[in-house]
Amino acid sequence: MSALPTQRWSKLEIGFWLIPMVAFFVFPKYLTLGSQILIAALFALSLDLILGYARIISLGHAAFFGIGAYTAGLLAKYGWGEPISGLVAAAAVATLTGLVTSFLVVRGQDLTRLMVTLGIGLMFYEIANQASWLTGGVDGLSGVEMKKLFGVFSFGLDGRTAYLYSLAVLFVVFCFARTLVRSPFGLSLRGIREGERRMPAIGASVPRKLIAVYTVGAGIAGVAGALLAQTTQFVGIDSLGFPRSAELMIMLILGGTGYLYGALLGAALFMLLQDYLSNLNPVYWQFWLGLLLVLIVLFARGGLMGGFIALRRRFARGRS
Amino acid sequence: MRSSLFVSRRAVVASVLAATVGLSTSGIAWAADPLKIGLILPLTGPFASTGRQIEAACRLYIARNGDIVAGRKVELIVKDDTGAPETTKRIAQDLIVQQKVNILAGFGLTPLALATASVATEAKVPMVVMAAATSVITTRSPFIVRAGFTLPQVTAPIAEWALKNNVKRVATLVTDFGPGLDAEKTFVKRFTEGGGTIVESIRTPLQNPDFAPFLQRVKDAKPDALFVFVPSGQGTAVMKQFGDRGLAAAGIKLIGTGDVVDDDILDAIGAPALGVVTSFHYSAAHPSPENKAYVDAFMKANNGMRPNFMSIGGYGMHLIYEAEKKTGGSNDGEKLVEAMRSMSWTSPRGPVSIDPATREPVQTV
Repeated sequence: MSALPTQRWSKLEIGFWLIPMVAFFVFPKYLTLGSQILIAALFALSLDLILGYARIISLGHAAFFGIGAYTAGLLAKYGWGEPISGLVAAAAVATLTGLVTSFLVVRGQDLTRLMVTLGIGLMFYEIANQASWLTGGVDGLSGVEMKKLFGVFSFGLDGRTAYLYSLAVLFVVFCFARTLVRSPFGLSLRGIREGERRMPAIGASVPRKLIAVYTVGAGIAGVAGALLAQTTQFVGIDSLGFPRSAELMIMLILGGTGYLYGALLGAALFMLLQDYLSNLNPVYWQFWLGLLLVLIVLFARGGLMGGFIALRRRFARGRS
Repeated sequence: MRSSLFVSRRAVVASVLAATVGLSTSGIAWAADPLKIGLILPLTGPFASTGRQIEAACRLYIARNGDIVAGRKVELIVKDDTGAPETTKRIAQDLIVQQKVNILAGFGLTPLALATASVATEAKVPMVVMAAATSVITTRSPFIVRAGFTLPQVTAPIAEWALKNNVKRVATLVTDFGPGLDAEKTFVKRFTEGGGTIVESIRTPLQNPDFAPFLQRVKDAKPDALFVFVPSGQGTAVMKQFGDRGLAAAGIKLIGTGDVVDDDILDAIGAPALGVVTSFHYSAAHPSPENKAYVDAFMKANNGMRPNFMSIGGYGMHLIYEAEKKTGGSNDGEKLVEAMRSMSWTSPRGPVSIDPATREPVQTV
């Protein structure tokens, strides 16, 4: 019995990461959509860390997304348009906000957390609305001007830079998250998920670990928000809104919680379906999306990843 | 190595050939190209009614004026942006890169238009704003032309009406967001300059359409009139509670921009809507022959849905048609905007012209 899950990459995982790279060459006209899928995936990844691994239910995760977006957007608007340092700054601000609010969140249980996170999200929305001299309020923050990435690649109409930039950031953050959940810290999170009351018995401080993972999740959400602000060069107040938190939850449940890859798959499926269905019928497409969600919850427990793993198990059993 | 050299040589030859052929025939070729108009609207979510009205009006315009303009077939590509700015911008980019649209149109809310402004500038594609009403929009890109209206434009006249009609003390109630503040600022400025007093300025949260406590405060302040601005759709609640709370019985007049008595929701409001004085650039009851024909055709084509002020922005399709006619079916964004700049016509809302300097509509309110 090995103490820790292996950090080695399986062939399936490597194959998975080849998909977005191939997509870059195969669908050169869909790169803008592609970059927004990658950003949604990163955002979903951040929620998976806190919901899938630590089972903190959050309905206000968009708060950190929005804070990251406004940080990067404001920096670029007032002259600091260098993308990577903007990203780091956004991550720092979101992490700090996550740390401060985490003390409120870890105190309660599920229902309390639901309300507290919802409240935090609404508060930040209202702050951005009131501070319209800074954020542009409901009209959104425009006039965001990005410098070229590495001084060479500009963010143009074709979306090539935006796509590769988002992909690179997603991959780096994913590697970090993957290492994290396979570390002793990640295992203790799983312990908390499975039996929160028993964890203190083996000497683990539950609140401290929850605070840590919530803070990390907030930081990653901030990076996702900053990416969106930088690649679209605009920040709408809806980046802080409740619908974004709710949509994020749908993506994650579609893909499956607690696998990391579920977040990526869910975001991709949701965004692609949204694009495809709304092209078929721009008015009634949400019906089909709702139907799919109901079907997945009924028949594929654990979302896409859950269904996939169940299938693979059945296949393996059939062979042996 | 050898094969790659061969390929590249063949590619060079092909592209040179294509370029020559393209150059020599382009004059004829693009005149016959379809005219692709990308119409981006919120068709789902809280602002769906705006989108529906505009889409219906655009389709009606095409149905009534034919789908061929300046020898080009008009192709309307309708997309739903759900009211999220990054989606609006992405769709605009996709439409330009994938479908090569010639004109962008629609834009239901200010942030949606602002987010897309940079795309219009970069791609040099005219962007016809049909609904979003904050005044700054047209300053964000030289390719933006507005077909709808701006808030200060429709707010100022009601302040003047109040002054002329012996209304001295007014309370204002606006929704706390960009357009609401725009409306409040314009009204208060005009009204106090003319010698009126503002007894109470209330801002209501965007998320919370319960107006009862705010209206009670207004009642206690005993003004001659209450000026209201709320987003399209919340008007029903204000009007109903205005009646229920006995403000009308207390002799307080309700004045505002036309949003509160949106033609689309007028039936839902019912009796309290009588006796309200509003200023706006459009009403379905406007008694001109152009308007009567428009309303009849609109209701017939849409199951009895009454056109509202949003639809009339969509009927600004006229701008696109006329610009195409003037330029002889051009694809050149700069030329098209130039053609739109000085246009004037008789719309169902009355005479309209586009101000050549600001690219804003000039109209009777």
